[in-house]
Amino acid sequence: MINEQSPRRVPSDKGNSVPLVEMNGIYKSFPGVRALTNARFSLIAGEVHALMGENGAGKSTLMKILSGVYSRDAGDVHIDGQLMEITTPRDAQKLGIGIIHQELALMRDLTAAQNIFIGREPRKGLLLDEQKLNADAAAIFKSMNLMLDPRVPVESLTIAKQQMVEIAKALSYRSRILIMDEPTAALTESEIAELFTIIAHLKADGVGVIYISHKMDEIKRISDRVTVMRDGEYVGTVLAADTPIETIISMMVGRKLTDEALVIPDTSNAEVALEVRGLRRGKEIRDVGFSVRKGEILGLAGLMGAGRTEVARAIFGADPIEAGEILVRGKKLEIRRPQDAVRAGIGYLSEDRKQFGLATGLDVRNNIALASLSRFTGAGGILRDGEMREAAERFIRQLAIKTPSDTQEARLLSGGNQQKVVIAKWLLRDCDILIFDEPTRGIDVGAKSEIYKLLNALAAQGRAIIVISSELPEILRLSHRIAVMCEGRLTGILPGGAGQEEIMRLATQRESAMAPEPNSKVA
Amino acid sequence: MATTDTAAKPGLLAGIRGSGAYHKLLAFSGLIALLVVFSLASPNFLQTANILAILQATSVNGVLAIAATLVIITGGIDLSVGTLMTFCAVVAGVILTYWGLPLPFGILGAILAGAASGLVSGAVIAKLKVPPFITTLGMMLILKGLSLVISGTKPIYFNGTPDFNQISLGSIVGSVIPVMPIPNGVLILFAVAVIASFVLTRTALGRYTFALGSNEEAVRLSGVNVDRWKIAVYASAGAVCGIAGLLIASRLNSAQPALGQGYELDAIAAVVIGGTSLSGGRGTVLGTLIGALIISVLANGLRILSVAQEWQTVVTGLIIIVAVYADILRRRKL
Repeated sequence: MINEQSPRRVPSDKGNSVPLVEMNGIYKSFPGVRALTNARFSLIAGEVHALMGENGAGKSTLMKILSGVYSRDAGDVHIDGQLMEITTPRDAQKLGIGIIHQELALMRDLTAAQNIFIGREPRKGLLLDEQKLNADAAAIFKSMNLMLDPRVPVESLTIAKQQMVEIAKALSYRSRILIMDEPTAALTESEIAELFTIIAHLKADGVGVIYISHKMDEIKRISDRVTVMRDGEYVGTVLAADTPIETIISMMVGRKLTDEALVIPDTSNAEVALEVRGLRRGKEIRDVGFSVRKGEILGLAGLMGAGRTEVARAIFGADPIEAGEILVRGKKLEIRRPQDAVRAGIGYLSEDRKQFGLATGLDVRNNIALASLSRFTGAGGILRDGEMREAAERFIRQLAIKTPSDTQEARLLSGGNQQKVVIAKWLLRDCDILIFDEPTRGIDVGAKSEIYKLLNALAAQGRAIIVISSELPEILRLSHRIAVMCEGRLTGILPGGAGQEEIMRLATQRESAMAPEPNSKVA
Repeated sequence: MATTDTAAKPGLLAGIRGSGAYHKLLAFSGLIALLVVFSLASPNFLQTANILAILQATSVNGVLAIAATLVIITGGIDLSVGTLMTFCAVVAGVILTYWGLPLPFGILGAILAGAASGLVSGAVIAKLKVPPFITTLGMMLILKGLSLVISGTKPIYFNGTPDFNQISLGSIVGSVIPVMPIPNGVLILFAVAVIASFVLTRTALGRYTFALGSNEEAVRLSGVNVDRWKIAVYASAGAVCGIAGLLIASRLNSAQPALGQGYELDAIAAVVIGGTSLSGGRGTVLGTLIGALIISVLANGLRILSVAQEWQTVVTGLIIIVAVYADILRRRKL
């Protein structure tokens, strides 16, 4: 799958071409996190330049600086060889920089056409020219070979179609520099092929495309050069065609892949803590079944939209199921609401801590005690604050939560320490089946390994752990067994330490006619 | 999860849902049902005079509710519409009665005062990032106080400007077609509704109003000057409150500085019954108009049936909850 026809090699006539983009010595810090340290990047007209790195490597931050969303702390940005100050998204637009954001930045209540031309609506005098608006949008869709009614409200579109609207929006700016942040995360194979056709057109027109993705096969398929970042720093730039995937991966993970070998304990005699049989809900969960033993870490791998989070939420009772059984320690349970799950000792740590996991306005102590308040409630409903403090302090010590005190507001902690607070909450509640959904999302690279150690320790204490992660290295590093999902189905369960290729094969194993090698579709 | 269950519902329902027409239908059928029930219950209800009275009673709350609609679609809230209306009425009183200037100055003054106040609210919300609820709560009290200050804490009568009460009570239509004595106040309500609806659906200001309520961050990332448009929405809503101020002052032939508080809740009730989402992004002027009519029809009908005032309030409260619950049910089904 590695090499294929390369439609256009790296433009080699560098002599006469000034780079479209040249970023040097870029620094950026957020409270508590240093996101970029001396980062750099360059882009030539007519190339697809992949920007790679693990989550938290600083790719998105660097691109947000280029597109005027964030301002940099230090460094230079040159566009067409000119030193530029890009301080607002509008500045970036004027320079022909278009960005397709990872989290869709659409206005759900507006139509596709209205979204595309937001801020640049064609007008007739004082009025909006809705006809021209729709016609212009239709023309862009046509150029993309996309069948879509521009008058449809965006919220009624599938995620994939919404993504297409985002791309149409970026194209409508006649951008010369197009940043795509994980554009294929929610797309099907045929939609990906469509997108790549569009990217090929853009290349031919001399547009420079910056392509952020985790998917190795995509990078190989469409990019000319690859720049790798790690921990907010520049690692190197290589030619995509000449560089084996393994090399790119080792550039991305650096030392970290080798520093700690996975140790798989023998849990074959341990009690089955959680078993799921024939779980179903619509298209999201299609007959999923697996089990986790005490002391075991089960990785749940798959691409975005594979249904992993849906399975976790179904087990936790957050969403209803249509069919299936959930057994905890061999006993069948009716889990209709999260409180049923919690009573059975299941804790769920959402991928979105801010929204679901953490009461950001409360202090550390109250967050830790939040799921166990009844334990601290005395006569007359009065909370025994002293006991709560003791419990909180115990966990702050045990989990090494970095906080000045247990009365610090949770939102002021770093991502890694927030995650630990949520873990402490479930441990205090005596949950011994823990489901971690993207446990290290938004967490500093340094803090990641600490979370990994913690998960290993929790398993060693006999807890059953399920880890959902989109980062393959994370799955590989943690999992004693790996369950892989694709499009709502469980496509296989692999032993820990399985190869990336095997996981990816299962993660893309679609039900319908076994797809031909994806490469064949792209020009 | 939030995305998967709302996505992928194309076809007829999607279109209806997107335009909010379904809810309008719901509110509209509610209004019709009320009309049918009351006209069966009392022969006096459908009399021309009574219908005109209902419309007249709707005019002030209707205009205020339209102002509130603009703000609520952005995802904000304006608690100051009631006291701003009073403030604008008092400004008109000061200009016409205290200063003795001609009528047009009073009209212009009231509307400009409203726009200026909205401009201040909008600027505080957009630039200083004070939440709309707090900002307009503050403005509500500020304007209440200022009305008392500039009026000298007593009502200002418009005796020196005999034409003033024609703004609301006169009937241009009636002078042309004597059988249809539609008061000017009602005409103004409909005019404001048509213009507001037009602005919302056909102009950039309207487009950004919906866009802001839908996903403000996305609008900002699209390179739109979010602050400026947000301020413009609040200022426009303020100007509309100015018109409401003229209507109520004209109807009472006086500017009553102590009046106004409580009107904002009726206005917001009309907006909500009319199907505009308090979380922003969707809503219609027509829905709000129907919402305002439901409130006045209810009050009028119950009064004709000799239901005590206090029970009318209870029923209005129930209607608000039922209307919003119906909307929640509908969304759950889709």
